[in-house]
Amino acid sequence: MSTAASKQPMIAFKGVNKWYGQYHALNDISATVAKGEVLVVCGPSGSGKSTLIRTVNRLEDIQQGTIQFNGQDVNARSLDLNKFRSHVGFVFQSFNLFPHLSVVENIALAPVNVLKKSKAQARERAVQLLERVGLAAKADAYPGQLSGGQQQRVAIARALAMDPPAMLFDEPTSALDPEMVGEVLQVMKSLARDGMTMMCVTHEMGFAREVADRVWFMDHGSIVETGTPDSFFSHPQSDRARKFLSDLRTH
Amino acid sequence: MVDVISIVRDNWTLLLIGQYPHGPLGGLAITFVLSVLGLALAFPLGVAVALARISPFAWLRAPATVLVYVVRGVPLIMFIFWVYFFVPLLIGRTVSGFTTMVVTLVIYEAAYLAEVIRAGIEGLPKGQTEAARSLGLSYLQSTFKVILPQALYNMVPAMISQFVSTIKETSLGYVISVNEITFAANQINSTLLTMPFQVFIILAAIYFALCFSLAQLARYVERRITRQRAGAMGAAGKSPPRPTAIAQVLQ
Repeated sequence: MSTAASKQPMIAFKGVNKWYGQYHALNDISATVAKGEVLVVCGPSGSGKSTLIRTVNRLEDIQQGTIQFNGQDVNARSLDLNKFRSHVGFVFQSFNLFPHLSVVENIALAPVNVLKKSKAQARERAVQLLERVGLAAKADAYPGQLSGGQQQRVAIARALAMDPPAMLFDEPTSALDPEMVGEVLQVMKSLARDGMTMMCVTHEMGFAREVADRVWFMDHGSIVETGTPDSFFSHPQSDRARKFLSDLRTH
Repeated sequence: MVDVISIVRDNWTLLLIGQYPHGPLGGLAITFVLSVLGLALAFPLGVAVALARISPFAWLRAPATVLVYVVRGVPLIMFIFWVYFFVPLLIGRTVSGFTTMVVTLVIYEAAYLAEVIRAGIEGLPKGQTEAARSLGLSYLQSTFKVILPQALYNMVPAMISQFVSTIKETSLGYVISVNEITFAANQINSTLLTMPFQVFIILAAIYFALCFSLAQLARYVERRITRQRAGAMGAAGKSPPRPTAIAQVLQ
């Protein structure tokens, strides 16, 4: 929705290669994500999309190439990894909320322990964020008492609590029942409208068409095609993209 | 049965507190002190050894692994003799039976507890560690605030087994003349000579009462935590989203 504003890209992949043993998981990836841009990465299973997004905060390592996030080299040996990760918001497919902590405690844990905020400050911000995702009433509930869609929204609030300059979403709605996908996509759309830089791995093509600025189509570890959602979905250039889109549409 | 009651009536002080105040404290009091001390010291040591066992640093991992393998391979009674005979040689002065028992019990239990705790840690979904580290929490912060609370809770039943074991293991102090309840029972038996069955039934009953109470306490603690985490709805599950919730979000 918002146009890329500044010169330095938020995320930059340059010649990124990754192998799992013999298997070439990421094949010479070179691409950038601009500040304020909403990027959707799609593709068939096993194409490397989740692997790619996980390299940005070093949940996965790379063997070749460089990745820059907000001007920092992700794989530099001198990088303070914990400090770096506190500036990257990551939302997981399986939510990964901490079941032994209440919702507010989940959200406030990192601000208190990493950003050294006071508990009261952190709690206040947590409640604010819960209001933003529509869950203010669940502040003191435990993750075990929430539905999947609610848990994912709390997970998004938890990532936002660290005020990251960009958010990474790894298939955020893939583990949800269909009727709960909408509530999570609403939150993501409102984030996009507010100018957050987002990199989303998702199968939700409706979401991509509505808020994405660009789409990357990946297959077998490479970015096969990029383009705006309109051009990608209506006139895919490559055969693999065309096959992927037709497979999606036929069910 | 009448014999049992008369034995208890005649010897209850010996069983309960040994020869105190006319001699050292003994009997059930010492068993209790040994167990509590043993557990209180073995538990943090067990956590430390467990973390060392899964540490990425070989200089931590190697000694921890050796400790666990050695302790698991040798009967407790052997350890008691080793500590009893070698430690005075090492430090140049005699060590009381009580101290020997405490040291031996702590090391012995810590090794077993370490394996239980390690199982708890490794049994957690990887996503918990990933989520904690992605928020910027350090290894220690994520271990102590996210992983251990869950791991320890999950392993409470196994840990209780170990705790109950500790109580029973104090009875081996008898071989180095530690004045605990088995020793006291043996003293009574040597005096009476004709009623071994009755004497040892009493001993068994006391141990059973002690262990059973501990198990009940653990059950109570476990239930309280479960109730707190799962809430009124019971096990984690997706409840059908109510129309009002969606309407709220879509506004």
